[in-house]
Amino acid sequence: MSELNPEPRLVSTSPLLSVENLSVAFSQGGKTTLAVDEVSFSIAKGETLALVGESGSGKSVSALSILKLLPYPAASHPSGAVYFDGENLIDDDERDLRKVRGNRISMIFQEPMSSLNPLHTVEKQVGEVLKLHRGFGDKAARERTLELLSKVGIRNAEERLGAYPHQLSGGQRQRVMIAMALANDPDLLIADEPTTALDVTVQAQILELLKALQAERGMAMLFITHDLGIVRRIADRVCVMYRGKIVEEGATRTIFDTPRHGYTKHLLAAEPKGHPPAANVNAPVVMEAEDVKVWFPIRTGLLRRVTGHVKAVDGIDLTIRAGQTVGVVGESGSGKTTLGLALSRMISSTGEIRFDGERIDDRSFGSMRPLRRQMQIVFQDPYGSLSPRMSVADIVAEGLSIHERGLSAEERDRRVVDVLREVGLDAAARFRFPHEFSGGQRQRIAIARAMILKPRFVMLDEPTSALDMSVQAQVVDLLRDLQKRHDLAYLFISHDLKVVRALANEVIVMRNGKVVERGPAVEIFDRPRTDYTKALMAAAFDIKAAPTGVVSE
Amino acid sequence: MDDALRDRLKQEHEGRELPEERAADIAREQTSGIAQLAPAGELVKRPRLSPINRRRWRNFKANRRGYWSLWIFGFLFIVTLFAEFVANDRPLLVEYKGEFYYPVFVDYPEEVFGGFLPVTDYRDPVNIEEINANGWMIWPPIRYSYDTKNLEPPTPAPSAPFWTLSQEERCAGYAQGVDDPGCTIGNMNWLGTDDQVRDVLARVIYGFRISVLFGLALTIGSAFIGVAAGAVQGYFGGWVDLIFQRFIEIWSSIPVLYLLLIIAAVLPPGFWVLLGIMMLFSWVAFVGVVRAEFLRARNFEYVNAARALGVGNFTIMFRHLLPNAMVATLTFLPFILSGSITTLTALDFLGLGLPPGSPSLGELLAQGKNNLQAPWLGFSGFLVLALMLSLLVFIGEAVRDAFDPRKSFG
Repeated sequence: MSELNPEPRLVSTSPLLSVENLSVAFSQGGKTTLAVDEVSFSIAKGETLALVGESGSGKSVSALSILKLLPYPAASHPSGAVYFDGENLIDDDERDLRKVRGNRISMIFQEPMSSLNPLHTVEKQVGEVLKLHRGFGDKAARERTLELLSKVGIRNAEERLGAYPHQLSGGQRQRVMIAMALANDPDLLIADEPTTALDVTVQAQILELLKALQAERGMAMLFITHDLGIVRRIADRVCVMYRGKIVEEGATRTIFDTPRHGYTKHLLAAEPKGHPPAANVNAPVVMEAEDVKVWFPIRTGLLRRVTGHVKAVDGIDLTIRAGQTVGVVGESGSGKTTLGLALSRMISSTGEIRFDGERIDDRSFGSMRPLRRQMQIVFQDPYGSLSPRMSVADIVAEGLSIHERGLSAEERDRRVVDVLREVGLDAAARFRFPHEFSGGQRQRIAIARAMILKPRFVMLDEPTSALDMSVQAQVVDLLRDLQKRHDLAYLFISHDLKVVRALANEVIVMRNGKVVERGPAVEIFDRPRTDYTKALMAAAFDIKAAPTGVVSE
Repeated sequence: MDDALRDRLKQEHEGRELPEERAADIAREQTSGIAQLAPAGELVKRPRLSPINRRRWRNFKANRRGYWSLWIFGFLFIVTLFAEFVANDRPLLVEYKGEFYYPVFVDYPEEVFGGFLPVTDYRDPVNIEEINANGWMIWPPIRYSYDTKNLEPPTPAPSAPFWTLSQEERCAGYAQGVDDPGCTIGNMNWLGTDDQVRDVLARVIYGFRISVLFGLALTIGSAFIGVAAGAVQGYFGGWVDLIFQRFIEIWSSIPVLYLLLIIAAVLPPGFWVLLGIMMLFSWVAFVGVVRAEFLRARNFEYVNAARALGVGNFTIMFRHLLPNAMVATLTFLPFILSGSITTLTALDFLGLGLPPGSPSLGELLAQGKNNLQAPWLGFSGFLVLALMLSLLVFIGEAVRDAFDPRKSFG
């Protein structure tokens, strides 16, 4: 308990926040769409309520309208009221709202990088909240900031005061955000997907921290997420949102044990499932690498002498067979993606790389070109990997125009139609543009672009991490199906062990560019040997944080 | 919130009510890809304009001032492109002794009409009489070209616009006064004459054309060079970029005006020489924007995806990166265009521009300065320039709105 609030708060039965029949409508270009439709829920003091739903279900919009942070007047509230401690916030004007915002109700956002001002130090950003709402002086603000930082688990808080956001890791930034949110001892904390942008291991730590802080301060929490695993761990009650409505509400345990609504059942069932293809040591080797190293030189001084190296990938051996999947797991910064890029010869590396028995590590970019059709890449972000100015047909056909120049326009179009059908998209939509598709569909387009050339090796760089849970499951099914049909060799890079377990039959655990543990997937998942792997497993499957020092912060 | 909207939302909401048992199916459908296509209806044909461009055109039209400016400018530009048919000292069509002649296109020697000069002077009263006696001719609305001297000016040059004079004064220069057949509306000087008794309106029409054409040629030419240079620098980066940037720094520090003076002393300055010299330096304006755009976009994931497909460098630059850079370039274009026109006018004003006798707005302004007793010279030059530049700036603003990413993706 902080010194500023000496009397302990009691968990009372009267709700702290109650949202009644709240609707949110957006009008744009004369059209009005209803994003949130008569939603009601309430949070008691000290309680954690989770709002669950997929992207576009209106969960973030509901949360933002509590503090009226939506873009008014494009957004409006056709109906509803938000009572916070008896006061209707919907009717309040900006001045009254500012007294509540950041003071009694505070928020944590999804993206810790963009929610902190890159030009201000940690001290200044946290101190600003204190000075604004509490009228603290410089010295008092500094002391309180220090106290907050150490409370949210930032070690050497004193040194970190002068740090800028870019000097902190993602987890640390999110901790600073939490410190800012807690600065004024809020009664309610709204957390909008606070861990989605973080590694699983860091996610577990942050959730642990939030839970501990909440218990200590008796603060209520509204937790917004699409990840049911998190909900199970952190929430007391759950509201499931679907298309702007709350379709089911209840205690966490009840919802998980006996879901009543079809959509909840669907969400609960939507985990990446199934098993990878059986390992087959006799299958032909497609990709083989020995002692692959990617070292980035560090240059210092006036003459830019090389004084050291960042060893992104440091001596990795790898064999990928046709029809098999090698999963590469590790935290961000462990060199997984760099390894994949080196193998597909997108960046230069040392060490032998053989594709189909042929050495490719000494080939130039130009002489790699004929091989590109057989080795394809699916990128992480389906929003960034499709050119916004090209129609889907042009995007998918681009590879054909390079590797199969002889095709006539009709033949090419037929191939595009075939491959779009194969990845489960309506081929009639091929002249539409990427922005008209959802995340899952975009990832299907990206997969279609890779598949149209009938490759033998595909590098999948976190293809599911930008997608909703239920869409992840579908993409995993699709990938497995394609692999079986075309005997593809996959290099599957992910920090999400659930997805890896559903796809990979061999796993490499990486940390700081080196292999920590490797072996058949069954072995790794059932009997992890190193602490690091165990920590990864705990974070991914039970959302449990590892003891300090095993994983990064 | 008014009741009508509430009712509508209510209806919508009822329409979306789902039977609970079907929710799972619908949810699966929603997320499985096929059913989630935003608007309903088949789209099997390739749309003529991409959705982005359609939205841009809508945004452009939404800026009423810019939209109308485009129409007015387009009208003026097309009219002046056909300046020879609007203001000329030759008739458009002549019927003489049963045969048709097209003096606008062909130089007929005067012996065709019974004279002896190598090229017919259709404004000569003798010729007019001869042709009218043996046929007819159709004149353009203004019977002067940019270099035609009015040999029957009402007052000594520069003479005032005709509507400031009385009927007698207007025809004072003609042999038979008010009754002279030459004293018709086509021979009047709507904006007066300059100090060499040339019709100001004709000169303004031709001057508008040459200014806009020069501006367009300069803008398009330097856009081509600048975009190509910026693209190469931004895309390849590293040493290419470093060396090129230093070169541009040196290049753009050369004083253009002095160079023009020197070159004007060696080469006779004409349209093409001037265009060439100006283009040598004006392309630099585009490099910065395009280079920045390419530097930013070359690591976009879709560019990497194209690289992974084996797409060649120049194809990537052209297909994936150039559209990004074009937005910045196109936004720039109208302003560069008006800048080019201003530069040409300034050079003409100083006497360093187009050769003497060419129809140029800068020269008209200089005349206005030298003949303060004839305010129509300065006013005409000023008004035409102001109109042209304002229209271009308004169009430029509308283009900027149209390409504003916050509007086209919002």
